[in-house]
Amino acid sequence: MITPLLCVSGLTTEFQTDEGLVRAVDGVSFDIPPGGTLGIVGESGCGKSVTALSIMGLLPRPNGNIQSGRIDYRGEDLVAADNARLQRIRGNEISMVFQEPMTALNPVHTIGRQLTEVVAIHTDQSPAEQIRTAVAMLQRVGIPAPELRMTEYPHQLSGGMRQRVVIAIALICEPLLLIADEPTTALDVTIQAQILDLISSLQKDFGMAMIMITHDLGVIAETCEQVVVMYAGQVVEQGSVFDIFDRPKHPYTQGLLRSIPKLTDIPKQPLDIIPGMVPSLHDLPVGCRFANRCQHRAAECDDAGLTVDTVTEGHSVRCLKWRQL
Amino acid sequence: MSAPLLEVRDLKMHFPVKSGFFSRTKARNFAVDGVNLSINPGETLGLVGESGCGKSTLGRCISRLYQPTAGEILFKDANLAGMSHRQLLPYRQNIQMIFQDPMESLNARHTVGEILEEPFLIHGIGNAQTRRQSVSKLLDTVGLPGRSASRYPFEFSGGQRQRIGIARAIALKPELIICDEPVSALDVSIQSQILNLLMELQKEFNLAYLFIAHDLAVVKHISDRVAIMYLGKIVEQASSNEIYHRPFHPYTQSLISAIPIPDPHHSATRILLKGDVPSPISPPPGCAFHTRCPKASESCQRDVPILKTVAPEHIAACHFAEAP
Ligand SMILES: Nc1ncnc2c1ncn2[C@@H]1O[C@H](COP(=O)(O)OP(=O)(O)OP(=O)(O)O)[C@@H](O)[C@H]1O
Ligand SMILES: Nc1ncnc2c1ncn2[C@@H]1O[C@H](COP(=O)(O)OP(=O)(O)OP(=O)(O)O)[C@@H](O)[C@H]1O
Ligand code: SF4
Ligand SMILES: [Mg+2]
Ligand SMILES: [Mg+2]
Repeated sequence: MITPLLCVSGLTTEFQTDEGLVRAVDGVSFDIPPGGTLGIVGESGCGKSVTALSIMGLLPRPNGNIQSGRIDYRGEDLVAADNARLQRIRGNEISMVFQEPMTALNPVHTIGRQLTEVVAIHTDQSPAEQIRTAVAMLQRVGIPAPELRMTEYPHQLSGGMRQRVVIAIALICEPLLLIADEPTTALDVTIQAQILDLISSLQKDFGMAMIMITHDLGVIAETCEQVVVMYAGQVVEQGSVFDIFDRPKHPYTQGLLRSIPKLTDIPKQPLDIIPGMVPSLHDLPVGCRFANRCQHRAAECDDAGLTVDTVTEGHSVRCLKWRQL
Repeated sequence: MSAPLLEVRDLKMHFPVKSGFFSRTKARNFAVDGVNLSINPGETLGLVGESGCGKSTLGRCISRLYQPTAGEILFKDANLAGMSHRQLLPYRQNIQMIFQDPMESLNARHTVGEILEEPFLIHGIGNAQTRRQSVSKLLDTVGLPGRSASRYPFEFSGGQRQRIGIARAIALKPELIICDEPVSALDVSIQSQILNLLMELQKEFNLAYLFIAHDLAVVKHISDRVAIMYLGKIVEQASSNEIYHRPFHPYTQSLISAIPIPDPHHSATRILLKGDVPSPISPPPGCAFHTRCPKASESCQRDVPILKTVAPEHIAACHFAEAP
């Protein structure tokens, strides 16, 4: 078996809030081989971004804390690593791209400065070399007239251009792992297609692994090999992209796939729905967290102690009834 | 064929643009630049296009939140385009809007009951008791519990707030609702609940919708016909099935090819467009799409293509329109 590049096990992240302690991520486990692509999908607030921030060591302090679990990166537990070590890893070995490019860019610095700064931190290139590296990277992400763009500010670029710059910054040190948190959600479909195409070609060239966070099942199907489905802070199902789309076992995954409008549907027919809504993190049931919306719910679903069951090698599900469905 | 409920003719909305402090040359944003469309009673016309192409502006002109620069808005044979506020009053209750973020349009300091009672008060309909009955009937119609009336909007989830927004829009039994990205901010599992509600209400009340969205799969699902917009103009229009199976305009073709398909066995053959959407402040001459179009030739930079019939009930504006 290939040693995973990243292995997250039992990750549990909590926030101190006005209404008390909130467990945003509860026992999340998955791993990624070198060069692999893993998708994380799930409803708003289910813990996708908090999982990513936990890996990056970017949780808002002091309110956010990893309560338990391990994040093993090439044999090193990042949960135990100190800040200096995490800073060296970030941007150099593990990079992140956020949904809103403006949050990742500094509005008062030129594009060029923001790129060369990263190179300066992580390499010992001379200033002239840094500029050459930056220009080459802008070219690589498809920005026309890169020398000119180096002197411009983020507000002078369109949304799609900005996201390209953010990707350029994330990839300029050729990281081993890219975490992309909804990288195209704010963009138009034609621009999304350009960006996804760009990310996957860069991924191939650099041989880097990727975690793709999105709520768009289309993006998951097109870009990912492995898929993690999250619901209310927990992983409810995970497997290969074919396990998840061809033989989903969890009632939530099944419901989700059935409820999306498809281009092949006959127009104006009622859609399948998942009734109700996600329970609040402040008021979680002890049993299955999907139970209040589940059509297969039985009395024992509400009992504590629901665990993850293996369907086949690499495909697991957190549901008591999956065999009967 | 029955008479259309709404007919828009050569509608234009040009916003003045501040261009420098003492500048005399007045730049204009050609947000909506000569749109024709019609909607029949009980029908849904979908409107799709990239950010900034003028979808919301068009919707706001039709509901007369904006005063259009030129053109006609024929609603049941009255031209709303030039009407004063007073003249518009009798038509207001007939055309309603639903927005992407219902919080922006719901008064946060009012209870849901007060929010839903307001339209009846403004138009002087009924007394306190009948209004209370109407409110509880509305809540029931959109699938919210009766006790919601005494709560405030912030106590509700995004999907429930959209139900409140829909309840308010249908309160006065309008004939046309402009839905501006009503499900774009919602989770996938909640989206389908709201889409079903909109389809049920349409049947029950014979509502017509102008349904604005950028998700073509959603639009295709809810619409009878779909119009594709690019830089202030409609570039193609056909039935939902036709536009998806047989797009004639190169822009529509690339738009459809760009949609990620939720099926790992599907291998996408993308028509990737170069570059970004140009600014509506200085739209390119000729065909506005020529800067990104894979088929563009010299004439495209010079001659503005007009909408012409390319198949029955199917129009497209491209010098080289052809079926894929
Ligand atoms: N700084 C914080 N303080 C308190 N709670 C937080 C904080 N950040 C996140 N949370 C909570 O943690 C939960 C998970 O949030 P997270 O941002 O991971 O969701 P997500 O799955 O990324 O959702 P989305 O699809 O909306 O981005 C949410 O309920 C959120 O309210
Ligand atoms: N009130 C306004 N004043 C001036 N310009 C405006 C106004 N509203 C919109 N615009 C401009 O008109 C153009 C069309 O904007 P509009 O909001 O109609 O686009 P849209 O298609 O709805 O985009 P999106 O998908 O992002 O909602 C844009 O260039 C926008 O900046
Ligand atoms: S455990 Fe029970 S309630 Fe939960 S998903 Fe499975 S069948 Fe449904
Ligand atoms: Mg998130
Ligand atoms: Mg809009």
